[in-house]
Amino acid sequence: MSDITLTIDGKSVCASPEMTILEAARTVGIKIPTLCWHEDLGSPSVCRVCVVEIEGQNTLQPACSYPVSQGMTVRTNTPRVRNARRMAIELLLAHHPDDCLSCQRNLKCELQQLAADFGIREIRFERVSRKIPRDESTPSLVRDADKCINCRRCIEACEKIQGVAVLSTVNRGFDSVVLPAFGDDLDSVVCVLCGQCTLACPTGAIVERDDTGRVWDALADPNMHVVVQTAPAIRASLGEELGLPAGSIVTGKLVAALRKIGFDRVFDTDFAADLTIMEEGHELLDRIQKGNAPLPLLTSCSPGWINFVERFYPDLLPHVSTCKSPQQMFGAVAKTYYAERADIDPARIFVVSIMPCTAKKYECQRPEMRSSGFQDVDAVLTTRELGRMIREIGIDFDSLPEEEYDAPMGISTGAGAIFGATGGVMEAALRTVYAVVTGRELSEDGLEFHDVRGLEGIKEAEVDLEGATVRVAIAHGLGNARKVMETIRTGEAPWQFVEIMCCPGGCVGGGGQPIGTVMSSRAERGQALYEVDREMPLRESHKNPAVLALYQEFLDWPLSERSHELLHTHYTPKKS
Amino acid sequence: MEFYRAHVLVCGGFPCVAAGCRAVRGEIERSVKEHGLEREVRIVETGCLGPCDLGPIVVVYPEGTVYSRVSVDDVSEIVGEHLMKGRPVRRLEYTERLPSVSQADHKRPDYFGIQERIVLENVGLIDPDSIEEYIARDGYLGAGMALTSMSPDEVISAIKASGLRGRGGAAFPTGVKLGFTARVEADQKYIICNADEGEPGTFKDRLILEGDPHKVIEGMIILGYSVGATMGYIYIRGEYYLSIERIERAIAEARRYGLLGHDLFGSGFSFDIEVKKGAGAYVCGEETALIESMEGKRGEPRQKPPYPGTCGLWGKPTVVNNVETIANVPPIVRNGADWFRQFGTPTSPGTKVYTLTGDVNNKGLIEVPMGITLREVIYGVGGGIPGGRRFKMAQTGGTAGGCLSETHLDIPMDYESLQETGSALGSGALLIIDDSHCVVDIACALLRFFEHESCGQCTPCREGTRRLHDIFRKTRELAATEKDLKLARELAGVMQASSLCALGQSVAVPLFTIMDHYADEIEAHLEGRCPAGVCRPNPANADESAYETLQAGNGIR
Repeated sequence: MSDITLTIDGKSVCASPEMTILEAARTVGIKIPTLCWHEDLGSPSVCRVCVVEIEGQNTLQPACSYPVSQGMTVRTNTPRVRNARRMAIELLLAHHPDDCLSCQRNLKCELQQLAADFGIREIRFERVSRKIPRDESTPSLVRDADKCINCRRCIEACEKIQGVAVLSTVNRGFDSVVLPAFGDDLDSVVCVLCGQCTLACPTGAIVERDDTGRVWDALADPNMHVVVQTAPAIRASLGEELGLPAGSIVTGKLVAALRKIGFDRVFDTDFAADLTIMEEGHELLDRIQKGNAPLPLLTSCSPGWINFVERFYPDLLPHVSTCKSPQQMFGAVAKTYYAERADIDPARIFVVSIMPCTAKKYECQRPEMRSSGFQDVDAVLTTRELGRMIREIGIDFDSLPEEEYDAPMGISTGAGAIFGATGGVMEAALRTVYAVVTGRELSEDGLEFHDVRGLEGIKEAEVDLEGATVRVAIAHGLGNARKVMETIRTGEAPWQFVEIMCCPGGCVGGGGQPIGTVMSSRAERGQALYEVDREMPLRESHKNPAVLALYQEFLDWPLSERSHELLHTHYTPKKS
Repeated sequence: MEFYRAHVLVCGGFPCVAAGCRAVRGEIERSVKEHGLEREVRIVETGCLGPCDLGPIVVVYPEGTVYSRVSVDDVSEIVGEHLMKGRPVRRLEYTERLPSVSQADHKRPDYFGIQERIVLENVGLIDPDSIEEYIARDGYLGAGMALTSMSPDEVISAIKASGLRGRGGAAFPTGVKLGFTARVEADQKYIICNADEGEPGTFKDRLILEGDPHKVIEGMIILGYSVGATMGYIYIRGEYYLSIERIERAIAEARRYGLLGHDLFGSGFSFDIEVKKGAGAYVCGEETALIESMEGKRGEPRQKPPYPGTCGLWGKPTVVNNVETIANVPPIVRNGADWFRQFGTPTSPGTKVYTLTGDVNNKGLIEVPMGITLREVIYGVGGGIPGGRRFKMAQTGGTAGGCLSETHLDIPMDYESLQETGSALGSGALLIIDDSHCVVDIACALLRFFEHESCGQCTPCREGTRRLHDIFRKTRELAATEKDLKLARELAGVMQASSLCALGQSVAVPLFTIMDHYADEIEAHLEGRCPAGVCRPNPANADESAYETLQAGNGIR
């Protein structure tokens, strides 16, 4: 359709007809304030902070959802508009705690920002609290319904993006609040703990459980040998948490910061990702060749996805790879192989993971994840928590010199790095599977499987393994995963191997990533990981010397008895 | 066809059912049989006869004698004296406040008073369960004419020409609305009859459906034909048991007669109707909340645009109309736009059905031409205010309507005139309040209602309804300051300007009219004084309100 012309604040604006007033205004530098609107989640049109005057309309209209039309005249700066916006903010503040200084979202709260921007100095209504107890029922998330402002962004994220839909508005009128059904705790509903709601929430109504205290305690304990692993996605997102542009690659500074914080060894989950490829690649070949287990094989790296399949598709659990996630493979190896090599009592080893993920906090506590004889991973920190630790001790992150990971579990390949982007696990696996099946090496160009990259919700590809064709699919975001699973359930799925990541964009878009994560920043971070891959001297997991040494010295070969004991597990149906 | 020398009409509107008309009817049947009169006297349970506080009502024809508050014990006397001997029972006869009786006997204009019956032309006169009686009163003639001799455009033109406006409260021109949906290309369109009558004190839609269900069906067929919708839904309050029972029976009958279903009147046009029961939220009377509710979701209004006319139920073009609006359609098609325009005013043609309640002698269901004055309604049809008390306020249109004071008694009751006063004609509730009530108490009760019924979706309404109620509760406890009331006005203004739906937007209508028309009385409360002697500091029950009792009971026993 051809463009239309409208007038906003006296300015003639050319806009495409599917735009909203908000979008059209932004093209000419008019930033209309918003609260319930979120660029990836649509416009619930409920907060009424973005209201504007439209000529010919009696009432004010929300710019976030109102479509532009030819000849429309809009005013965003009139006394009536300002009064309505100020009143909406004042009403929200009066029904919200005033503990900003001790709130986890202090200085990262959109309501606080609006109150500051509007210069709200007086709240003329009595402050009312909902008096709903904080929900600390899960290891991943903490909900404080008292801070909910009914913007419904978490509902949109949970229902529309993730297809999980555990959050909804309960009660009516002034008592309305977003909660799991019947006001239950998160652990008694089918929440998969992905934490996308924490990214959606404009306030502190739902946040990650803060485990920094436990990690500081371990670091302060002279008897503990504290090792840390960093997930692939962290190197592409921590910079953002600390004020750098989206997609900044900060691998070396990340290592340096972790050393400054006081970790005894700084290792890399990328190492464990390479290990995962060795196991999962062989599992795939095993299934294809022996026909001893159902196909397609589904990846198992993403703990939110595992929670989802346990609750929503328990009948398809046999499709799920028995491989543990890289985080858990790392923990199991750290407290056995590494403990043995370094001659440290595994009881004294405290394994910390830096993850883009809130579900990882739950995963590390699973009963399945104690194959070293101890809890394999002791604490999980999200990108946001690491950011706080770095800020707390006053590290000037941007000026840190770059440092290298420790050996052996800090040695990795480019294949491990791309695990953090949707399609990355698939690509890494294909690189290795190709070599194993054909016995030949891929060329530099052939290493990159562009069909499996990008942010399309569901991607499909066919890969020629010198005669044998492998058909694969990749889904990210559980809403897309659901579509793939429905196809598999029909028995008609054409694929042999399917990668599923719980969060949109994969781990770069995880629920533990910096506040303000949106699709465009996910894309930047994904690109950054592919850049990391390109810069690596080794780009295939089966060429990782540290992984090869691990097999030679400890595990024997992929899918060996010891591998099964330490690196594989079985998931079980959970009631939904 | 059998002929009877006498007809006994027993009012079967819900207030009479509640008052025990079913037992009376049973007793009449028994007694008539005992006297051997069953082949001479026919007993008919009709829809509402009008004076709802006087039930059970029994009317005996051919004399047209109206008996009120008939008990089972009175029956033998009525049958023995009146039906056997032709001597009406004077002691039971209702004479005193006759103008309100919805006399179906069109030959007796003295009974008819200023009432004019279009929507209620059959209500109280025919057996609502009998499709034959409806057909005998020209029922389904309009649908037949539309489907066999008019194009859809001609139907819409006729409705446009009639000037019919939505009777649910918004007063949007019905023909224009139909035109929008008719123009949209779609594989499926819907007609929804909004029978989720939620305004306190309004029960006209209920009585229309109870008294003349086929008329609503016929109206929906015509509307469906005009826009190309093949499916209709009646969204009705779940507690309207009798209406649901009668409309479902009527739908089944219409199907049996081929008046619903496939290829109606051999025109090739098919249409069917299904009844959907609401669960009782006030806001579900708002058309988009109603649609959400029908789709199985939380009953919350949608942000418009898109409007239901282009994107409604299940995303399909949908025309949502109020029961009364739909009931106007068959007579308009049958008699033409010019005929319709002879009633009412040029900009508000036709009649309006009201439920007249509160401090008024004759309470009940009335239909009067648009443009008659409030004075004519109260002192004419309504028979004045009981106990010789003084008129203080009339609330039009239910909670979301405005308040009219003594100065407005001679304003014509039509859309434009009421809007000029800051009020609205609204849904058809007409609550008369005498000078024993306090306006602050009334405002407080209204705000309590809004607080309770706010869906909680948008900030201004969710937060604002509570805050306004708080301020007026404080005023009622004689503890408010001028600053509080200034804030209330500011807040209500913002709610009116920026709430998502009509619920939040309408709070200001009653509030501002009360604050404007009764400024002195409110002012007195700031000085610690309630002129009506209703409000006092620290009441035992902060939510107790004399007004609410009046409103909740509709003044009907």
